[in-house]
Amino acid sequence: MENFFIFTIIVIGILVILCLYRAIFGPTVMDRIVAVGVIGTKTTVILVLIGIYYKRVEMFVDISLAYALLNFIATLAASKFFRTRKSILPGTKFMKDREAEK
Amino acid sequence: MIVEYIIDAFVIILVLLGLFFLFTATVGLLRFPDFYCKLQATGKGDTLGAILILLGVILYNLHDFSLNNFLVCLKILFIIIFIFHANPVATHAITKAGLDADVKPLTKEDIRK
Amino acid sequence: MRREIVTFLILFLLWLIFSGMFDAFHLALGVVSCLIVTLISGDLIFQNERFTMNHIKEGIRFIKYLPWLIYQIILANIHVAYLVLHPKMPIEPIIIAYKAKLKRDISKVVFSQSIILTPGTITMDIVDDTFIVHCISKKVADDLFTGEMEQRIADVFERENTKRSL
Repeated sequence: MENFFIFTIIVIGILVILCLYRAIFGPTVMDRIVAVGVIGTKTTVILVLIGIYYKRVEMFVDISLAYALLNFIATLAASKFFRTRKSILPGTKFMKDREAEK
Repeated sequence: MIVEYIIDAFVIILVLLGLFFLFTATVGLLRFPDFYCKLQATGKGDTLGAILILLGVILYNLHDFSLNNFLVCLKILFIIIFIFHANPVATHAITKAGLDADVKPLTKEDIRK
Repeated sequence: MRREIVTFLILFLLWLIFSGMFDAFHLALGVVSCLIVTLISGDLIFQNERFTMNHIKEGIRFIKYLPWLIYQIILANIHVAYLVLHPKMPIEPIIIAYKAKLKRDISKVVFSQSIILTPGTITMDIVDDTFIVHCISKKVADDLFTGEMEQRIADVFERENTKRSL
């Protein structure tokens, strides 16, 4: 069973690296926020699995719970921030108005 | 002994199903054209994938039953409930941010081009 | 006052689960911290309402609603897997406005979360009682317009209200 959990951890790690591509080269800021949220959910799962592998689940579950909470708040904060900072997004109405003013 | 093998088989099935749904979510994140469609894939696939894998972990953890193990299972159950509530809320927050920032969603004609 | 007591009990149950220690010292710490939290923000969980039997009934009905929702979530995931793994990706996104008859805030929240978790739809915005929904194809939009989900949620959360108004 330990080997199976190691396999699972490795597969999820590969998926995280694939998501990292979207987080680094994503065309817009919004794509990056989505990718970071997805990576956070996967990390929550990986932490629990690592706990199973090292036979210290009672410790890693707490870390994982805290990580899930932090990830949720980070996503909310980022989306709220970029909602008010419209100038950061390219091609938006705010940006076009600015160019028209010039 | 046989009961343990059956439980192990269920754990493996649950975790593999969860891995499949996480995989579809990731491929959707990489393939879909605009970020509203990407959210369609990640909001659903990530939720169910993570929930299935954590359910498998709970089942595996119930092998040797004790109070400590039971508390750990309750904590993992709490993580499941939290993901179940938080993932849709985060998805909605990102969509609303995109809508407020005037990111135009792609339509059928845009994709055909 | 009753809602504060219920809030305190919920918080203390969480404390018991998360601490995992059952000696007098840790239990006393838990009681003190739960009391402080209840005093500061006891009106967060049950807002502007007294805690009544209706809350328990709603909880039971909500648990009965969950299996259907889980079935829908599994359908949604198979749908997403089909769209993603199909070589041509047969998507034609469309945005619709859905006018719901739900009155209470809690039912609107549950409805929008259910929309996100069911096949091919995500809630983009809620203006009063109009839900702006992003659908991935025309067929899913038609499924939403049958109104089955709204009827189920109305059954869960709005039954008492309609009785009171009659």
